[in-house]
Amino acid sequence: MTLELSHFTAAVLFSVFASVVFGITQRNTAREQVRYGLYCFVLFVGGVFVAGWVMWLLRH
Amino acid sequence: MANPAKTTPREAQKAAGSPRMSVIAPAVAWFIPGAGHLIQKRWVRGILIMASITTMFVLGLLMQGRVYHPNGGDILDMLGFVGDVGAGGLYIVTRMQGWGHGAIAHATADYGTKFLIVAGLLNFICAADAYHIAIGKKP
Repeated sequence: MTLELSHFTAAVLFSVFASVVFGITQRNTAREQVRYGLYCFVLFVGGVFVAGWVMWLLRH
Repeated sequence: MANPAKTTPREAQKAAGSPRMSVIAPAVAWFIPGAGHLIQKRWVRGILIMASITTMFVLGLLMQGRVYHPNGGDILDMLGFVGDVGAGGLYIVTRMQGWGHGAIAHATADYGTKFLIVAGLLNFICAADAYHIAIGKKP
């Protein structure tokens, strides 16, 4: 079985799993963990969009 | 006059965690992702870690990512092996089954390789977290 994800889907899945682990391991209380996990997720996905636009600008 | 809070030796030991657990928890956490938290009764955290790291590793394999072997060649290959081996039991099973040797046939297979490495590296962080819980540094 082979999985062929788009670049964006792969990046979002990566962001979800990494954010979950970062949230759990880098903060102490449940509330802080959720907030930090969401913060990391937004930064990951935001970084994907920024990198995408930078590559678009470099190409054009 | 305020009575200063006194802790019994047993309470102090409980707060600091048991010495045996400080060895067992990170070892188990490395071998089975999330298990280091589960054996310390951090059920939700353990299940979330187990689901995240295992899913990430399996997705990496399904995307035909490359599994690194022990090697003494290129520095990136050595670091790739260090990352992969962080997944513990998942890496051992993968090597035993001979998975992760497929020829890279599409662009996202390289993502698969990264998924495998990062799953291992995240598991190292989780093992350290399990150790911190065991020594009482983290609730």
